Amino acid sequence: MPKQGIIKTILARHKKDKSRLIEIVRDVQSALGWVPPAAVAEIAEALNVSKVDVEGVATFYHFFSGAPAGRYAVYLNDNFVAGMKGRAEIAAAFEKEAKCRFGETTADGLIGLHATSCIGMNDQEPSAIINGVVFTKLTKAKVKQIVAAMKAGRDMARLVTTCGDGANQSKLVRAMVTNNIRKKGPVILAPFKPGEAIRRAVTWTPEDVIAEIKRSNLLGRGGAGFPTGLKWDFCVQSQADRHYVVCNADEGEPGTFKDRVILTEQAHLLFEGMAVAGYAVGAKEGILYLRAEYAYLKNHLEHVLEALRKKAIIGRNAGGKKGFIFDIEIKMGAGAYICGEESALLESAEGKRGEPRDRPPFPVTYGYLGYPTTVNNIETLCAAARILAKGAGWFKTLGTAKSAGTKLLSVSGDCRKPGVYEVEFGLSLQKLLEMVGGRDAQAVQVGGPSGTCVSRGQFERRIGFEDLPTGGSIIVIGPHRDMFDVVHNFMDFFIEESCGWCAPCRVGNSLLKRKLEKIMSGKGTIRDLSDLESWGRIIKTMSRCGLGQTSPNPILTTLQNFRHLYESKVRHDTDFVTEFDLKAAVHAASGVTGQKLTEAHHE
Amino acid sequence: MSKPIIATASLAGCFGCHMSVLDIDDRILTLIDLVEFHKSPIDDIKTFSKICDVGLIEGGCCNSENVETLREFRKNCKVLVSVGECAIMGGLPAMRNGIPVKDCLEEAYLHCPTVDPADRMIPNDPELPIILDKVYPCHEVVKIDAFLPGCPPSAELIWKALVALVEGKPLDLTYDLVKFD
Ligand SMILES: Cc1cc2nc3c(=O)[nH]c(=O)nc-3n(C[C@H](O)[C@H](O)[C@H](O)COP(=O)(O)O)c2cc1C
Repeated sequence: MPKQGIIKTILARHKKDKSRLIEIVRDVQSALGWVPPAAVAEIAEALNVSKVDVEGVATFYHFFSGAPAGRYAVYLNDNFVAGMKGRAEIAAAFEKEAKCRFGETTADGLIGLHATSCIGMNDQEPSAIINGVVFTKLTKAKVKQIVAAMKAGRDMARLVTTCGDGANQSKLVRAMVTNNIRKKGPVILAPFKPGEAIRRAVTWTPEDVIAEIKRSNLLGRGGAGFPTGLKWDFCVQSQADRHYVVCNADEGEPGTFKDRVILTEQAHLLFEGMAVAGYAVGAKEGILYLRAEYAYLKNHLEHVLEALRKKAIIGRNAGGKKGFIFDIEIKMGAGAYICGEESALLESAEGKRGEPRDRPPFPVTYGYLGYPTTVNNIETLCAAARILAKGAGWFKTLGTAKSAGTKLLSVSGDCRKPGVYEVEFGLSLQKLLEMVGGRDAQAVQVGGPSGTCVSRGQFERRIGFEDLPTGGSIIVIGPHRDMFDVVHNFMDFFIEESCGWCAPCRVGNSLLKRKLEKIMSGKGTIRDLSDLESWGRIIKTMSRCGLGQTSPNPILTTLQNFRHLYESKVRHDTDFVTEFDLKAAVHAASGVTGQKLTEAHHE
Repeated sequence: MSKPIIATASLAGCFGCHMSVLDIDDRILTLIDLVEFHKSPIDDIKTFSKICDVGLIEGGCCNSENVETLREFRKNCKVLVSVGECAIMGGLPAMRNGIPVKDCLEEAYLHCPTVDPADRMIPNDPELPIILDKVYPCHEVVKIDAFLPGCPPSAELIWKALVALVEGKPLDLTYDLVKFD
């Protein structure tokens, strides 16, 4: 059987290293189109781990499958904004052309249709990834072409005839993705001359570099807003013979895509930020954990790394400092929002299922492979590089007292100018809506599903850590949208992405969604609203990681800011409505046994 | 004032919650002074003949008879309480909820190695209750007023809840009563 040969080759390629399990499984998936049980067994034996360990990885990630995913595997984004931009029509077109339904693969194994969570293309929906190639702004006509090309056995990359702007056109990318940079600011998107930051940093002591970052008041841009200087300080303080810098490029929060644009256009700034962090915390190695959805950027990023090595910005004698070594490796994810959570990311980078760890210990003391590690967002590291180049004092003149600097916003939804905006902190939603052409919005989802849904009456609220913190996802919701559809889509997302480890998150979110559906169908009561509130609070307080702790937010923040919508949906004449239907509930069993309901059963 | 009246039932449960009621030890004597038991396996009264103040339900609904009993309790009890994991969440019996009922019946009565080969059949007597497609928690079938968590809820928790209900006072749940690990 040729299969055995393939798996042996793959295992050899990765030196039977179990920390490379994800890479091994990925190679099997792309060679065979799925991960068959026989492959699981063979990998387990070769790596000397249990079958369950391999199966655990092979079933955890979106882009691995336990059944043939199709020689052409279509992953169609299913977030709410895709829906706004006509996803349903596109999905129907795929089903019609491929003659197969979503969640299935054609009988001949040629085409598989799959839904997937946000792929970071909200500004150019509907979009899909097919065999690693990103297709944006899909139309019915394009779907027809794509499926015809599949049937003709063509390479998907050949269908990219027009590339997007900037580095999307480079030979190494060749993607139809566009950057949609609408507003450049001075920190992230301004020109940056390689070396400006690291050459300066290495003339200082690591302590002084950390002190400068502390002075700048830079707060983490990944969502939690932890002070970056303090994080680096904690990391350095942890005694160990190795330290790591990890850049979080998982960008999975629905609606955010600004990291994609940084990776495309400003990767040199990011890598230099990683080098600065490496110098500060005493790390020799950095890891870029790149989400699988952005695999199309990998060759480009490798190329940028190579160029920086040649300029001695990273690598040996980095920044021109004799003896300072800092290099960067790219590790790929495999499709899982939870892997953006820093401890889940580390597990995944180590080749395991991306399940969050118990914290403490935090990554700064127990991180990658157990060594002290600073995990930072892409934008944070870029800002750190710029601070080294231009000074903490300069940085602090931007933004507000508690939120220094600028923020990249990924704007999508019902607005005329979706794309990336670098704005100073302190900008009001009203001003932002004017800028993006979304004045008539009824709501703005700030920070993605895990953030806050702000209603029209509160548009004077401001982006910043004092009021509306955000990782950067801004979804504009026009007046004609049904807010319940928005909330429902977001709950679907959390249910899909929960790692399943804690019951409140795994079970609770499904219960919340069912309750929401009850209310949407007109069978809810005031009591159901208070159940939503109290169950939501339980999930928030009883879950282990940030996913569960924020997953009820779509419901809780709309209950708060759009209470009238809920109140107009529920019945006020009774405090209990059951959805239970005895006749329907006995239907299956009476079909098997032939028993019938008697009169007594009909109340 | 006459004594408050209590009714109890075990639906798709294991009687563990009822055993936990008995676990209040000699306080059962105090309880009997405080309340009157009506329809309940404890005194074997089979039918409701008066309206009760409190109904305690153990177990969820796995068949048509459970539903009937639960509805009867709702009609005849002023306050209805889900007692224990199975009543609240379906519990262990709900482990079948992911499996089609046909497969469950076939596994249990046709394919299971302990079935007598001479006697393979799925019970179908019209007198038998009909199995539901899945196990339902009580509050999805009727309105439930209060929930006592645990598997089983401790005797102490049941005692405190009953006293609070009978005396009409708020229930003071200390952390140790609802901490399960
Ligand atoms: C479910 C979940 C998903 C997350 N996704 C991301 C992400 O995609 N990118 C990111 O930088 N941080 C993400 N975070 C936050 C990280 O855990 C971590 O706080 C961040 O990477 C730290 O970097 P910073 O200090 O530079 O912000 C996520 C957190 C949670 C709970």
